[in-house]
Amino acid sequence: MREPIILKGETGQWEMVIGLEIHAQVKCKSKLFSGSSTEFGAEPNTQVSFIDAAMPGMLPVINQEAVDQAIRTGHALNAKINNMSVFDRKNYFYPDLPQGYQISQYKSPIVGEGWLIIDLGKGETKKIGIERLHLEQDAGKLMHDQHPKYSLVDLNRSGIPLMEIVSKPDMRDWEEAGAYLRKLRSIVRYIDSCDGNMDQGSLRCDANISVRRPGEKFGTRCELKNINSVKFMMKAVEYEAYRQIEIIEAGNQVKQETRLYDPIKNETRSMRSKEEAHDYRYFPDPDLLPLYITDERINTFKKNLPELPDVKRDRFQKEYNLSFYDADVLTADKLHADFFESLAKGRDAKFVANWIITNFFAMLNEVDKSIEESPIKEEQLGELFDLINDGTISGRTAKEVFEEMFTNGGNASEIVEKKGLKQISNTDELEAMIQKIIEDNSQQVEKFRSGNEKLFGWFVGQVMKNTQGAANPKVVNEILKKSLKN
Amino acid sequence: MTNLSNLGVTEILDGLNNKAFSAEELIVEYIKILKTKNKHNAYIHFNEEKSLNLAKESDARRAKNNSLALDGLPIAVKDIFCVKGEKTSACSKILENFVPNYESSVTSNLWKQGAIYLGKTSMDEFAMGSSNETSFFGKVMNPWSKDKQLVPGGSSGGSAAAVAANLAPIALGTDTGGSIRQPASFCGTIGLKPTYGRCSRWGIIAFASSLDQAGPITRSVKDSAQILQYMSGFDIKDSTSADIPVPNFIDACSSSIKDKIIGIPKEYKIDKLANDVQKIWELGIEWLQDSGAKVIDVNLPHTEYALPTYYIVAPAEASANLARYDGVKYGFRAESFDDLEDMYCSTRSEGFGEEVKRRILIGTYVLSAGYYDAYYLRAQKVRTKIVNDFNKAFNKCDAILTPTAPSGAFEIGANMSPIEMYMNDVFTVPASLAGLPAISVPGGFSDDKKPLGLQLIGKAFDEETILAFASVIENCSNFKNSIKDII
Repeated sequence: MREPIILKGETGQWEMVIGLEIHAQVKCKSKLFSGSSTEFGAEPNTQVSFIDAAMPGMLPVINQEAVDQAIRTGHALNAKINNMSVFDRKNYFYPDLPQGYQISQYKSPIVGEGWLIIDLGKGETKKIGIERLHLEQDAGKLMHDQHPKYSLVDLNRSGIPLMEIVSKPDMRDWEEAGAYLRKLRSIVRYIDSCDGNMDQGSLRCDANISVRRPGEKFGTRCELKNINSVKFMMKAVEYEAYRQIEIIEAGNQVKQETRLYDPIKNETRSMRSKEEAHDYRYFPDPDLLPLYITDERINTFKKNLPELPDVKRDRFQKEYNLSFYDADVLTADKLHADFFESLAKGRDAKFVANWIITNFFAMLNEVDKSIEESPIKEEQLGELFDLINDGTISGRTAKEVFEEMFTNGGNASEIVEKKGLKQISNTDELEAMIQKIIEDNSQQVEKFRSGNEKLFGWFVGQVMKNTQGAANPKVVNEILKKSLKN
Repeated sequence: MTNLSNLGVTEILDGLNNKAFSAEELIVEYIKILKTKNKHNAYIHFNEEKSLNLAKESDARRAKNNSLALDGLPIAVKDIFCVKGEKTSACSKILENFVPNYESSVTSNLWKQGAIYLGKTSMDEFAMGSSNETSFFGKVMNPWSKDKQLVPGGSSGGSAAAVAANLAPIALGTDTGGSIRQPASFCGTIGLKPTYGRCSRWGIIAFASSLDQAGPITRSVKDSAQILQYMSGFDIKDSTSADIPVPNFIDACSSSIKDKIIGIPKEYKIDKLANDVQKIWELGIEWLQDSGAKVIDVNLPHTEYALPTYYIVAPAEASANLARYDGVKYGFRAESFDDLEDMYCSTRSEGFGEEVKRRILIGTYVLSAGYYDAYYLRAQKVRTKIVNDFNKAFNKCDAILTPTAPSGAFEIGANMSPIEMYMNDVFTVPASLAGLPAISVPGGFSDDKKPLGLQLIGKAFDEETILAFASVIENCSNFKNSIKDII
């Protein structure tokens, strides 16, 4: 079994204790309490209703679509959905918070305890507990670079629905934390309750971390903010763990505080101490009645939940006879899995899996594109596979065709035709050619027949040279084997 | 021609329908009065052009026989209702020049029936007060003032004064802990606070969201019924508005109270109750009894905790509701400040009046870590007990009769402590905390000839019963005719 990473300090070994708070923007058409659009990237203050701007006398009305998404996400996290939950006001002043309070859920969240399984490589998994999931509204955005004297406020984001998903402190190193964040992102994307884009801020992560001697009680934790990628989260945790170890080993105590991660300097620095923490004066929002959800509504969403990554991975292993690794890679992202499945239908699934992982995903990775942005669609790749399968092109040629398709577009058969890449599989033609090569190189044939089997490759090379590489190597091998034996 | 400003709702609508006068004539008359007789300071502003145009449109509809239910009826509006294009400030400096670009649901419902906007009436700042003395636009004089200037009550003091002084046939108010009923009592008018959820709160500047409710102030019970009819109704924009049918309130006014049961809560017989108030209360009981109602004693054991509970719950909600007035987006912003925090402090220190600041501080305190359980949470538990008290009482009776306030109107500038001032609400806050409908109807006069109101509290969404009882008191008290003897 995989053991968590143990850190070595001056005085001995240290274990990390990590919990994550994820803010996931709910994928739905309008804001949590108003009808404004939630689309990303609109001109500042163009998606702001009177409610979002907290005009006098305006009242919030819950968006049931966001509630549905929270229920679905709760199910995907194997969590208890609460029949009754309450919206509270979280009070603090800031210019990006027009109401002077954020509507959130405090004592009674919509979703209670749950769990998910993280993958730690080589088939190793670990169960991580979920503490709760609650709905809340996002704040606006301050812009400090628009005016020489003033900061400006963009309220487009004000009121956008968020799910705050709080894990239990079950992770023991940054690898586990990274796996958790990746898995959670994969799940919300599978069920389409959040687009999971960390760079656009639709998925944000705060990390709580403390260190302790293995087996001892939890230490004092710090909360890390401003983490906008899995990579940075892992780095921030690592940096922070060492910082805390250093403090304790120097005979001091870690102060409970909120710290900001600086990805450029790769360090964390104090934002506010526990003493400076706000008293948010939570209390139930009297503008909103408690949120009641019937069992029927809860069960309907449970029944209609799509296949989740773990189940899909197991199915891929069984149904397509794939290795755990391949199935895991393919199912990490639903779009990848769908892409694979549409190609695997009626083809050699193992070949398809292998090919798209080593060539297609690698290429996407290289040019830093998502599968949605891929210039090559399923049908194009399918055609390419069929050309390999029926011997029209060789595997090597296929890569050339693929690269051409990827860069300049076009269909595989057209490219093969245009570039004359068709493979010679015609047995008669190749037999005649091979016969001639054997006749012209009697010395080499002798050597081969007297035991220098390495020369077989030399003969293949000759055929390829004569055909400018267009000969079907499988056919060439067969004929050569036969002809050289005699 | 009759004096147009004396007319009530039915008389106005009849007069318009009979072509005795036009809506335009009516509005011209009112505008003339507002221009010359605003000595009470009941109005803070009006819009002659807007009102006249609306009157002309109304007359045009009537000429084509397309008139609406309230067509041509002028209505004064408490400055807490957002009226599109009209300054709406809740009589606070912090919103002094705020002009909403939207219309509250309640006023919108009335305009849709052809009612005409007459102007904005004064109120205690953010509806916090019982004397209308906290208004940023100055004090309002009770029309019943003679040698001494009396307060009209509050917070809907401007609305009650306007109706009492015939400066409007109807005015809208809001009631959080008695803000419609107490000024109605002080000014000798009818004031009706409907069940919480009966009228939409959308577009009404919030004071305490779980208590605020809009209602009419009028010179007759039937007028209140008629206006409430069109103010009411479910509003999808207000999550706390009730999706239940609106009954016929006008018919309810003339329904018999024979064999109905009226409850008298002994807990309202407090030490401080003046003899003249006690006397009117007893008269009220007699009138109802004489009209066929049965009178029984009921217990509301947690009554004494209602006032402290109210003064925890309402400020707590207000402290959050008023956080949006921060100088960032709209309204007043302090002129000089050093940084963001200083901008907030200066803006709110200069923009809010003393009473509002006091309540924000109380509210902030009772919600603070370490005090929440002892104050806010405890208050919520007591509130539940008060609701249960009423539920039990209403198992035995159909409505409850109490005085509206412990005294008649007091003098402007009477040097009261905040607690003494809060005592004005002692009889009105229990119904507010329970969300129940309640109406104040004039019962008679104090020894020094000030109007005194009687309060009827009904079951939730049973405004009909209290309208029936109030109509009986209205007839028996003969208050309208006594006015002539007094003024």
